[in-house]
Amino acid sequence: MKYGYYPGCSLHSTGQEFDRSLKAVCNTLGVELVELDKWVCCGAGAAHNLSQLMAIALPMANLALLPEMGLEEVIIPCASCFSRFKIAQHSIKTDKKIRRKVVDAIHKDCNDEARVTHPLSIFSQEPLVSRIPDLVERNLSGLKVACYYGCLLTRPPKITEFDVAEYPMTMDNVLRATGVTTVDWPYKTICCGASFALSKPDIVVKLSHDVIQEAKSAGADAIAVACPLCHANLDTRQDDMAKQFGAHPRMPILYFTQLMGYSFGISPAELYLHKHLTDAERIFEKVGHAA
Amino acid sequence: MNETAIQINENSVRFTDVVSAVGGVDVSYCYQCGKCATGCPVAYEMDLVPTQLMHAIQLGLEDVVYNSKTMWLCASCLMCTTRCPQDIDIAEALSAIKILMVREQRKPRLPDVLKFNKIFLQNLNLFGRIYELGMVGMLKLKTGKYTEDMAMGMKMLKKDKFNLLPRFEGGRVVRKIRKRLKKQEKK
Repeated sequence: MKYGYYPGCSLHSTGQEFDRSLKAVCNTLGVELVELDKWVCCGAGAAHNLSQLMAIALPMANLALLPEMGLEEVIIPCASCFSRFKIAQHSIKTDKKIRRKVVDAIHKDCNDEARVTHPLSIFSQEPLVSRIPDLVERNLSGLKVACYYGCLLTRPPKITEFDVAEYPMTMDNVLRATGVTTVDWPYKTICCGASFALSKPDIVVKLSHDVIQEAKSAGADAIAVACPLCHANLDTRQDDMAKQFGAHPRMPILYFTQLMGYSFGISPAELYLHKHLTDAERIFEKVGHAA
Repeated sequence: MNETAIQINENSVRFTDVVSAVGGVDVSYCYQCGKCATGCPVAYEMDLVPTQLMHAIQLGLEDVVYNSKTMWLCASCLMCTTRCPQDIDIAEALSAIKILMVREQRKPRLPDVLKFNKIFLQNLNLFGRIYELGMVGMLKLKTGKYTEDMAMGMKMLKKDKFNLLPRFEGGRVVRKIRKRLKKQEKK
C-alpha cells in the first residue's frame, strides 16, 4: 500500500514523536508513505481568521502536488491539517466562485479527486485491523488508556466523514486491536484550547486540565492523542496546571502510534518516548515491561 | 445585556448582510436555542455567549459585536457548528467578523490573539512552513511578554523539540499565492 504523506509543520518540529512513531508503525504494517515534495504549511490554526481564501488555497496548493507525483491518496496525521484539507476540498467542490479564485491563486487546477485520509481510518479498516493482533509482541492489556480525539478529527462531521462526532470509536478500536484496554469517558472530543497555546495560555491550562481530570476519573493510566496540538497542550502545560490547581496531574500523554509501536515490539528510543515533558515511559513498567 | 432601547436602521441590515456574505452563512436561521453556548468550551470567558453574539449580528448591532471579546476567544473547535440544529456554520460567522474587523482596522478586545494570527501568516510568508522558534520570538517581541512560558520553553529546548534553524524553500510559493489573492480582493 502506497500513500502520499503530508506531515504538516508540527510533525517536523514539536510533534516529531508523531512523525517518527507513525513511520515506524507504517513500516511494520507494510504501509509505504511518500512525503510530498515541497509541501507548504496549510495555514491551520490561524489563516482562516485572516482570509478564508488563503485557508482554502494553501491546502489546495498541497493537494495539487499529488498528481505530479502519481499519487491519489494522502495521509494527514495532524488533526488540524486534516480538517483544513477536508474543508478546503469541500469548499472548492461546492462553490464555483471560490474554486475559480483558488485556481487563479495557486496557478494549478484544483484536485477534486484526491482522497484525504487520516491514518486511523486506514488502521481501523480491513485488511490492516485484522493484521494488527498478529503483530503484537508486548502484551499491554493491563494498560488503561483514554483515547482523546480532540476537536478536528471528527468536526465538522459532514465534511471530515471520519467518525461519529460526539462519541467516536476509531482510535479505541485500533488500540484495542493491539490489546490495550481503552476506557469509556465523556471528554473524547472536548477542546483542549487548541491554537491558544501561545496567544491565550490561561485558557489552554484550564481546558487541558479539565480533559486530564476527566481521564483520571475514568481510571486511565495515560491519554492517547492523534493531534500534535492536543499533545503539546496536554503534555507541556502540566507544570502550569500544578501551579494553578494545586496538584500536579503527572498524566502521560502519548500518540496512539507510540502505543501501537510499543505493542509491536519497537524500541522506546525509536518511538521517541523520551521526548515528552511528562514522563511517559513509566506506564510500561506497570504492565511488566521496562522501557 | 442592559435594557436600553436599541436602534435598528438600514445600516444594521447592511451589517447583518455583510457578515452573512463574508462568512457564507445565513445568520437569520438562528432561532436562539442556545446549543452553541452550552457546548462552547470557552463560553465561561466570554462577555456574550455565541447565542447572544448571533442575536446581536441578526439585529445588526455592529458596535455590540465589534466590542465583544467573543470571536477573539473562539478556539475554532467547531463544536457550535457541529451541533447547530439549523446547520449554521457559527464558527465561520465568528471568523467573518474577525476578518471584517481587520479589513476595517478596528481594535480587537484581545489584541494578542490578532497579533498571533498575523505573526503566524508572516512566518508562513517567510518560510513556507511554520518555524516555531521564530514565531515564538516574534510573538514575545510584539506582546512584550518575555518571561511568560520561559520554563516550559527551556524544557522543550532541552528535549530538542524545536528546529533551531528555519528553512526557506516554501516561502516563495506562499508569497505568490498571497499576492494573487490580494489582487483578487482589490477587484
